[in-house]
Amino acid sequence: MASSLLGRQTAGRVPAWLWLLLFCAGLLPFLHGLLGVWLHWLGANPVEAVTRASGDWALRFLLLTLLMSSLRRRLGWRLGVRLRRMLGLYAFFYAVVHVLLYLWLDQFFDWVAIGEDILERPFILAGLLAFLALLPLALTSTRTMMRRLGPRWKALHRLVYAAGLLAVLHFWWMKESKSDVSEPLLYAVLLGLLLLERLVARGHPAD
Amino acid sequence: MFIRKPQQLTENAVTDWALYQRRREFLRGMAGVILLGAGWPGRAAVATSPRPADDPPNSWEDITSYNNFYEFGTGKGDPARNARTLQTSPWDVVVDGECTRPGKYPLEDLLKGMAIEERIYRLRCVEGWSMVIPWQGFELGRLLKRFEPTSRAKYVRFETLLDPKQMPAQQGDVLDWPYVEGLRMDEAMHPLTLLATGLYDKTLPNQNGAPLRLVVPWKYGFKSLKSIARISFVTEEPETTWNRLSPEEYGFYSNVNPEVPHPRWSQARERRIGEFSKRKTLMFNGYADQVASLYAGMDLSLYF
Repeated sequence: MASSLLGRQTAGRVPAWLWLLLFCAGLLPFLHGLLGVWLHWLGANPVEAVTRASGDWALRFLLLTLLMSSLRRRLGWRLGVRLRRMLGLYAFFYAVVHVLLYLWLDQFFDWVAIGEDILERPFILAGLLAFLALLPLALTSTRTMMRRLGPRWKALHRLVYAAGLLAVLHFWWMKESKSDVSEPLLYAVLLGLLLLERLVARGHPAD
Repeated sequence: MFIRKPQQLTENAVTDWALYQRRREFLRGMAGVILLGAGWPGRAAVATSPRPADDPPNSWEDITSYNNFYEFGTGKGDPARNARTLQTSPWDVVVDGECTRPGKYPLEDLLKGMAIEERIYRLRCVEGWSMVIPWQGFELGRLLKRFEPTSRAKYVRFETLLDPKQMPAQQGDVLDWPYVEGLRMDEAMHPLTLLATGLYDKTLPNQNGAPLRLVVPWKYGFKSLKSIARISFVTEEPETTWNRLSPEEYGFYSNVNPEVPHPRWSQARERRIGEFSKRKTLMFNGYADQVASLYAGMDLSLYF
């Protein structure tokens, strides 16, 4: 089952227009942030706005990535699984932007302060671990790496669940101090549903 | 910086703005009058204090569009969007507790005889950002004296209006309403402590805490409670909203202190709104010369 899903050569090739459409759509939040900073769309604190937005979009793309195999199992929609790599790489892309914004515009590459921040503040640590969980997934996302790793590839890519849980925790702990966890709660519920769907699916190996 | 419809402005905005511009030039030449770490009148300016040139006021747009006022929503833009529903006139303030002249006072009576002056203060939010705000107002102490607090009055407790119809987010339970803050009597009577009624040369906009708002420039911004509906003289340290919610994160004193980090982030630096890099946060927000003596002998990491 796994091998048939990996190659784009097998049935249900992604139409070029859909691939292109998704590729462009994925760039929109980035362009919005870039233009927003330039043209002062983002209010009084643009640094905060783009930092928040990059984190939001990393999490959103992560959930979309997880949604694709659920859609295949539940609705038989197989095309989504083939778009999964791009969605996952966008999650990683926005996570990289998020981390870079933190290192640059929050800490100004003060590595001592960054080290302290990671050690002393659980929400920063959770965010860092989420990022570190995504890193090997992005690095092994090529078809060559898939082939080379074989069955271990799938095992490795289960790290995406750790990344999702840590990212939600990171968001939760940040918002908790402001007494408003409504947004992280929404992401927690969505992630919970996606994980639950997988648990149910395990009971039906025929998926 | 921002080009938007000046919908917040009154019809005399144009003239007011010109006046404001001229006054700024005047004030720039009178550095001693500007209360930006340079001491209030009667105190000598201290050489280590930041020069006003380092702290140009933030724009009207920034000050009135980026607010924490949870009664209108938790997003920074929510208050500017939603605070229209607040009715600031008529407005009463209940005064009670340990004083000889308690009562329910209409705002006009409270303002009677109060000369309104401009105070340009830094505002440092506990979240790590800051602004410089040209307030219009008067010293809180001058008003409090009128109510003749007794010797039993050790603290002053403030309440924001409680009215879920006017303040829609009070229908939810993000915070324990009404919002409560408090000051020790000597903090309340300190000449830097202000009751603001205006911003730049205009009436205080609703999102900034109209019609009457506390400003305590050496404390984190959440101490500067908005839309005051009740002032009580009390004998014990009052329970305050954020302190009750999360005592390890938000102390009763909440003096700006770069050396005491918030559990979730450092307080050593701050982002001045409108600036790219971060500034070092100053002890007592740069007002140490004026207020440090209030806390002599106190362990500020304990009484944070």
